[in-house]
Amino acid sequence: MKKLALAGLMAVLTLGVLLVSKSPVSEANPAPAPDNALLINAAGATFPYPIYSKWFDEYHKMHPNVQINYQSIGSGGGIQQLHAGTVDFGASDMPLKDELLQKLNLNIVQFPTVLGAVMPTYNIPGVTAELKFTPEALAGIYLGKITKWNDPAITGPNPGVHFPANDIVVVHRSDGSGTTFVWTDYLSKISPEWKSRVGSNTSVNWPVGLGGKGNEGVAGIVKQQPNSIGYVELIYALQNHLPYGTVKNSSGNFIKANLQTVTAAAAAAAEEMQKDVRVSITDPPGRNAYPICSFTYLLIPKKIPDPQKGKAIKGFLEWMMTNGQGMVESLNYARLPKAVVAIEQRSLSQVQ
Amino acid sequence: MASTSVVLNSGTRPPSGGRVHAFLARLKRGDEIAHLITLIFAACIFALTAGLVFELWRNSALPRHQFGWHFLVTSVWDPVFDNYGAAPFIYGTIVTSALALFLAMPLGVGAAIFLAELAPKGVSNGLTFVIELLAAVPSVIFGVLGIFILVPIVRTDIEPFLHKTLGFLPLFQGPIYGVGFLAAGLVLTIMVVPFIISISREVLLAVPPEQREAALALGATKWESTWKVVVPYARTGIAGSIFLALARALGETMAVTMVIGNDPKISASLFAPGYSIAAVIANEFTEATGSLYRESLIELGLVLFVVTIIINALARLLVLTTTRRGTAHA
Repeated sequence: MKKLALAGLMAVLTLGVLLVSKSPVSEANPAPAPDNALLINAAGATFPYPIYSKWFDEYHKMHPNVQINYQSIGSGGGIQQLHAGTVDFGASDMPLKDELLQKLNLNIVQFPTVLGAVMPTYNIPGVTAELKFTPEALAGIYLGKITKWNDPAITGPNPGVHFPANDIVVVHRSDGSGTTFVWTDYLSKISPEWKSRVGSNTSVNWPVGLGGKGNEGVAGIVKQQPNSIGYVELIYALQNHLPYGTVKNSSGNFIKANLQTVTAAAAAAAEEMQKDVRVSITDPPGRNAYPICSFTYLLIPKKIPDPQKGKAIKGFLEWMMTNGQGMVESLNYARLPKAVVAIEQRSLSQVQ
Repeated sequence: MASTSVVLNSGTRPPSGGRVHAFLARLKRGDEIAHLITLIFAACIFALTAGLVFELWRNSALPRHQFGWHFLVTSVWDPVFDNYGAAPFIYGTIVTSALALFLAMPLGVGAAIFLAELAPKGVSNGLTFVIELLAAVPSVIFGVLGIFILVPIVRTDIEPFLHKTLGFLPLFQGPIYGVGFLAAGLVLTIMVVPFIISISREVLLAVPPEQREAALALGATKWESTWKVVVPYARTGIAGSIFLALARALGETMAVTMVIGNDPKISASLFAPGYSIAAVIANEFTEATGSLYRESLIELGLVLFVVTIIINALARLLVLTTTRRGTAHA
């Protein structure tokens, strides 16, 4: 008995010591890699994750010694980790303002990578036509001021469509997301009341509506709930063949969101991006520009301590802006306009 | 929580004083080693819990200073203007959990009595296996089933029916969306019922057969012996299963957020959409960029912890008073 108990104690203690001493070592070596392997860690936004993982994968195939490990933990998490120094670079759906950069003492360059768009999807029994939405109608609905589908603000641009006199069920995202940021950024631009009452962020204090978790949550509620309207991300809508409406842009045209109209929106903003790439491109000028879209960004430190890593990251950025852009449309992301690529290539020199 | 205190109780017997000799003697027999090891294990659990609370406390300094106690009673949650209040989340957490327990308790205990006392052994074992499988299903699956199957039924059948029959109560009034407190409560019921059934059945089976035989010998019917002798005997264990179910309901995240409607408002109606603490943390933490915003979410975690403790204590108090009144001892 005595020996058994002693042996047990010893076993427990040894195990404990082993666990304590082992853990940091095992964390540092997640995967076998070539001798001169360069492991680069990145974290951030979930929206661009499919294209990022494809890019990092392709880039690894071309440069077997460079391995970029991206964790799609959300923009907020990416910024935190960049701040804490646990990742080499971050990614965010929302451009970081100077105020936040100063507060976190971050010295970074922000590179737009791809474009996303957000569109209204709806479910009105008896209505099969593709609906046209004016900015005023969208803001009114989400502010809770337009409560019935047969409101003149909605029926006006849609002659010939018979709307029921039912209450509108408003649906929004419940999780913090870049999609919500784009949507609320757009509403802030076209409605002063929205701007002062609600504002724009990845989560906001919604005046009305139900919250669905993720694009699938919003689409799920809209699909089931008669007389509802929600907003979803372009890729999700395309992949799941959701019906969605056109939105009137600043030139007065009703534009349907697709990869071309989204890139057109970005091209219209290129002039302004000469000074600062962190422009909001919602409600842009341009005849064929879809008004509710945005860039997603990589957050690259200006000074990368490890010169080898710095070289690899810059190499990747250079490739991403040129050949990498050729891959984005197969995953339903809108590509960067040429003018924006030129701007980014110039700002690459800021990274050392 | 239940398991923590059980472990602690058995582990914190203070080492009795006395001479080194006696200690060494006991050490030789192995008792002291067993005592020491189990004490270490128990201390680990305690340290973990304490560390968790400490970290939650430490990381929520900003909102605690800025909002103070108002955090608990205000109901605006506005990440844009950095204004945070927890009241709707606390309300939603308590309402959905209470609803789940209200439905799951009779269902679970009833099923456990059937499985332990009345059903043939083969049926009992087979059904129990299925029920325990149910307990292992990940909560996101319940959420998905909730969205696609339960919510439509709630919207087209259950809520209109309740509105028609019990519509005079404020609980069953207002517009019908399908998602809301009721749907969340129902999903939680399905999720926690296996815990109650499985543990209660084990506890009922552990009641010594002499108890039943004695009751039967005194002329009790089968049901009387079950209801008046076996169930009271197992009362503490059954209560334990309910505590576990309650803890699961309070902390459930994924399934709740998918069906509750995620609208931070306090409404008397069960048809209305609401929000729960665990759900808002899961929803917003990943994209919370401002420090006050992030720390407010962490403070919500602390609030959930405290809410769990308070509700658990209340439930324990309830059980304690009822068991004192009872005739049988566990």
